[in-house]
Parts: sequence; C-alpha cells; structure tokens
Amino acid sequence: MSRLKGLPIPVLIAAGLGAVVLFGIPLVTDTFFTFLFANVAVYVIALMGLNILTGYSGQISLGNGAFMAVGGYTTALLVHRLHVPYLATIPIAGLVTGLFGFLFGFPALRLSGIYLALATFALALSVTPVINNFDTFTEGHTGINMKPAHAPAILQLSDEQWLYFLSWGIAAVMFIISWNIVRSSTGRAFMAIRDSETAATASGVSLSYYKTLAFAISALFSGVAGALLAIVAAYVNPDNFSLQLSLNLLVGLVVGGLGFRFGPVIGGLVVVFLPYYSEKIATIQFSSFSLPAKPDIFNGILLLLILFFAPSGVMGLIMRGFALYNGRRTAVRSRAAPAEPVLEEK
Amino acid sequence: MEERYRMIDSWKAVRWGAVGLVTALTVLACGAQSAPNSGSTTATDVGITKDEIKIGSTFPQTGPANFYSAVGKGMSAYFKYVNAEKGGVNGRKINFIIKDDAYTASQTAIKARELVQEEKVFAVFGALGTGPNLGVRQFYNDNQVPQLFVFTGSDHWGNDWEQYKWTLGWQPDYEAEGKIYAKDILKNLPNTKIAVLYQNDEYGKDYLNGMTKGLGDKASSMIIAKATYNAGDPTDMSSQVNVLKASGADTFYVVTTPGYSVSALVNAISSGWKPAHIYLNNVGASSVYIKNVVAKLGNPHAMDGVITTTYTKDPNDPAQKDDPGIKKYREILAKYQPDCDPIDASCVTGMAAAFSTVDVLTRAGQNLTRANVRDIAATKMNETDNFLLLPGIVVKTTKDDHFPIRQERLQKWDTDHYVPYGELISGR
Repeated sequence: MSRLKGLPIPVLIAAGLGAVVLFGIPLVTDTFFTFLFANVAVYVIALMGLNILTGYSGQISLGNGAFMAVGGYTTALLVHRLHVPYLATIPIAGLVTGLFGFLFGFPALRLSGIYLALATFALALSVTPVINNFDTFTEGHTGINMKPAHAPAILQLSDEQWLYFLSWGIAAVMFIISWNIVRSSTGRAFMAIRDSETAATASGVSLSYYKTLAFAISALFSGVAGALLAIVAAYVNPDNFSLQLSLNLLVGLVVGGLGFRFGPVIGGLVVVFLPYYSEKIATIQFSSFSLPAKPDIFNGILLLLILFFAPSGVMGLIMRGFALYNGRRTAVRSRAAPAEPVLEEK
Repeated sequence: MEERYRMIDSWKAVRWGAVGLVTALTVLACGAQSAPNSGSTTATDVGITKDEIKIGSTFPQTGPANFYSAVGKGMSAYFKYVNAEKGGVNGRKINFIIKDDAYTASQTAIKARELVQEEKVFAVFGALGTGPNLGVRQFYNDNQVPQLFVFTGSDHWGNDWEQYKWTLGWQPDYEAEGKIYAKDILKNLPNTKIAVLYQNDEYGKDYLNGMTKGLGDKASSMIIAKATYNAGDPTDMSSQVNVLKASGADTFYVVTTPGYSVSALVNAISSGWKPAHIYLNNVGASSVYIKNVVAKLGNPHAMDGVITTTYTKDPNDPAQKDDPGIKKYREILAKYQPDCDPIDASCVTGMAAAFSTVDVLTRAGQNLTRANVRDIAATKMNETDNFLLLPGIVVKTTKDDHFPIRQERLQKWDTDHYVPYGELISGR
C-alpha cells in the first residue's frame, strides 16, 4: 500500500473518477441493476484471480470455479455450522482457498499446456461429486441457505445497495493488491514464466516457487469471490460451481482481455450482462407473450465475433485504438525526440 | 528514467480510467433505459392492471438441463389459448414471462430479482428445479411474492410450508413415488432382488428412501446392489449397469433424469443382463425416451413390461386418443406452440400446471392480491376438472395439507405406449 503514496496526480484523478462512478451507480440505477452490479464485482474478483494465473503466468486453468466452490462453501459452512458472522468468513475463505490452491499447485507443477488444462478441468468436474459425497457435512445437493445479508442499521442501505458496496469495496481492495503484485518482481517473474519458461529459469526465476505461488494467489482471489457469491446469492449448492462457471470465467477473461489489468473489469461486465442482454435480444414477442428462444446462440455468435475481430479481447481492441491514436501523436513528436521502448505488460 | 516510466504509466492510468468511465456509463444508460417506470401500484396488486396479469417463471433454456424448457412451453401454450379463446382470466390477459436460469441457483438469484424488481410480476408460477427454487425461496418469502406450483418433487415445499408460506409445490413428491413402487413390488414380486441405479444427490436419494421405507423390514434383504452417477456426468451408464448386472438382481430400479435413463435401459438389455422387471422413475420415463430406447435396441418388445407412474394423461396412449382432454391438448399445442412435441410428457405436465394456475387466478376473481392468490393455492385448492390429469385425481390443498397432487397410477410399457393398471394410489 505504501506504493500508493508515490502515485502521481493523474492516477489519483483516475482513481477518483472511478470511485465517483462506483458510488454513483447504486444512486442512479434501480434495485435490480444495483444487484446485477454487485454480481459484476464478484466476477471481477474471480477474473482478477484467473488473470494472475492464466493472463500473467500463462497457466491455463479450467478449474477456477472449483476454487470459488472452496471459498463459497467455507463461508456457507462457517455461517451455517459455527454461526460465524458472514463478514468475518470472507478473509477466512480467501486464506483457506489460497492454501488449497497452493497445494493444488504442487501436482500442477509437473504439467503444462494442455495437460495442465486437463488437470484443472478434472478439478472443476470433481466439485459436484465431492460435495455430494460428503452430504452429511455439506448438505449435498440440497445446498445451504444463508440469511440474506442486511446492511448495518446506521448505513440505512437497502440489501442490494449493501451487497453492492460490500462487493465493490472488496473488489477495489483486491484490485489494488493485484495491481501491486503485477508491478512487483513477483509479477515480472510470472510474466517471464509465461513468455518463456526456459528463459525465466535461465534468469534465475524459480519455476516451482512462482508457479505454486500463482496458483495460491489465484485461488485466494477465487476464494474471496466464491465467498461473496455465496453471500450475494444467500445460497450455495454444487450446481452454482459447475464446470459451466469455470468456462464462463475463462470466456469472460478472454473476451475482457487476457493479461490486461482492466481485462477482469470488462470480463465481469460481460459475464453478468451478456446473458442478461442476449436473453432480451433473443426474446421473441408473440402479441403479449414473451418466450426466450435460444439465448445461448446469441451468446455464441457474439463471442465468435469478438474473438474473430478482437483476438486479444476488448481491452486489446481498446489498446489498439490508443496505439493508433498515440502513434499519430508520437509520429509528430518523434521528429524532436525518438520514442524510447517502453517495458510494459502485454 | 524512472520518472519517465512512471509518467507514462500514470497517463495510461488516466486513459484506463476514462475507458472504465465510458463503459460504466454505457451500461448504466442501457440499464436505465430498460428499467420500467414503477407506477403507482400498491404492494398488493403489483403486476395487475385493468387488462393484464403479469406472471413469471424461471426455466433452464440453456445449459445441460435445457430439455426441461418444454415444461415452460407447455405452460405458455395454455396461457396463449386462454388469452385468445377465453378472453383471459376474468377479462385480464395473462402475460407470462420466462427467464433462463440455466439450472444454476446463483443465476436464479438474479432472475428472481429481475422478475420481481424489474418486470414487476404479480407472482411466479412453475419455476423449475429443487436447488434453484430453494435458493430463492427466502427472497420470495421476504418480499411476499407467491412462488407457486414449483416444478420439483422435493418434499420441502409441503413439509416446510409453515415456515415458507409463499412457496408451494404441485407435482407428487419423489419419495411418495418411490413408496408406490415398493408397494407394487411387495404385492407382485415379494421374492425379487433389486438393483438400484440412482442420481447421487437429493433427487436420487429421495426416490431411494421412498423405496427403502416402502419395503420396510425387507429392504435390506431385497435391495442387493446400488450404483450411482452424478448429474452432469457423461450419459454413458454402461459401467454402472455392469456392476448391477454382476449382482444377479432380477429387478432394476432406475432413478435418473432423461438421457441417463435411455443409456441405462439400453445397456441393461444390450449387456445381456435383461432384468425381468424394470421400475423407472416418472421423470425419466416419458414415452419419447422409451421409444428412443426401443429404436436403439432394434427390438420392438425390448422395453415391454417397464413400470412407471403417472398422474397425467398420456397423448401417446392409443386408448386415450379420443379422450377430450388429450384432443384439446393436441389442438392447443398445434395452434399455439407447434415447437413442443405432443408426446413429450413435459409439455403435458406444463399445460396441466398452467390449468391449475388459471384455476387459482380465476377463483381469486377481482380480489387479485398476492396474499389472496397464495391463500387459495396453498389452502383452498379443490380442482377436480384438470383436463390433463388422470380421471379421479384431485388437486387439493387444505390448511393442514400443502401437497397439491398426491395420487398417481402405475403404468406398464407395451410395444410403443404405456398401459395404465391398478387404482389411483397415494404414496404419502
């Protein structure tokens, strides 16, 4: 956090603007959209976790939904069985899941590429059987209902507004943490591993240390997101954390922009709003009747278009736009001083 | 140099911020646009206008459980018919809004709020799935929105009614159905050995419990083998069937969902096991699937004798071809929902539940408040004229009984259709 002090004014202005927007959303939208945006924050956190693992360290994961399950069930079980206040369960869920991810990182060390993808795929598939198998403890398929979260009385917020500020507050903290990780030597080691394991090893980067660390950090983020998802939905069951969730996360991140700091933010918006709007588009009107046709077809078409025209995701597209714009400007300036190469993230 | 990098970094941050701002505002604008004006309706008649009753439901339209969407289509068909040919309910047209929750409770949490807060529906009828409905039960009850006739045979809805008075089931519950099979086995096959294949979750276990309780003392000696699968697994049941085959059981109790039931039955025959008796739970037993099995095995009599239960009429039964209810059902589907396969039992149950929905709304008359509709559905149902339920079945609730349908009838497969046998039985 000490890094924040040295930040120049433009960053502070940007942060201020971001804060204004975030605070403004629940004031100008209705209850339902406030709730939708609370869900966005949950996925933003989950995608930041996936981004560290897949975007920065280059370890493909189809199993981050399973990490979310660990977090979600940690929270639900602590609340349900031990009556721990739900807010206190969030950091615990993060740590428990982080530890779980760290342990999973060991076997994953020996795998890379498609084999790692398969191992994480297996992780995603194992969620439902494992939870069902220990149903006397986990309540199995019935799931665990939690009391809906209410805001502390002094804040005078509706449930939805409270969930919104809670999840975005945590998302903001997690964003700063992930930003700092990426800027640090750890982040550079992750990226070095992503770009070339051989080169990274030759430069003295310990593959085993950084790969397990990437899994641990990614799992920690996912665990916090899982805990929040449980709190926001006030319910957990195995279907919530099915393979579909892991796939949605990966798709969201790829569409948002893999390896971009703001990729998860776009991705979170995509994961929540794409099904919402594609259902609206797909809704066929028969006089006073509305029946959704096949929203997934619209989803699929849109995803294909995005991947075809913007293979590096929406953030990639935006960056390309800026590059074009900057290119024109620097072309003018570069006559005076040649542009220096800038080391930056992908 | 250090400073220079930082400046580049920071200006980049401003641009990022701008990007975020624009994105957020865009989404915001879209959101604000689609948010309807909240009129001056009072809490008790939300979703009711002079000429419309707005009701909603959640079904999986996407994802692995999307075949259940046929239930929603069956419901829609009947509402369209009532609107077009009966002038709606007491002069008000029914506007039925279905939201896709992909059978995922965290999605249902969003969709339930969309129905209540954005669409501002009067009530929710026929939402599908145990988990999805359990997850939002508290929400509906806190907001006093009726969550009626949920499509799941869990016994939570009836048993927990005192605590969750805004939630009600409709179909017979799974455990009761399991008990009906047990009764039939005790009566007709007292010395049989049973092998069970069930879905490894509450749904499957409810059926297994029903069978075990129904068999009573004899359960442990009669049930000699069990195998499971998990919802979402690949549908190939060959290894499970081989385990059960090895037990030497001569009765096969199949508790699955569609897809798995087809694979289980095909393998039971093609593996050479050919169990003498097969009991198949209602959910996986639609004629469509059994015909599929018969076609795959290439032997028209391969499925003869398969036993299941039903509480609805069967459009696939030649003996019921001229039944006025079945005729009406086929006409309505052909006219208003041609994309629904008439012999798909899901369309039948959907339409039958829609009939109950219209029944309740009609009985509420001009007193269309959420509380009144909830009271009628949960405590005052006495529907004897549902044109798609078996003759004699009464959809009934009282102040002490919140299981609307209790009676079922056994039926046996013969070549290409089911033949009902025996009396109406209640497993509860």
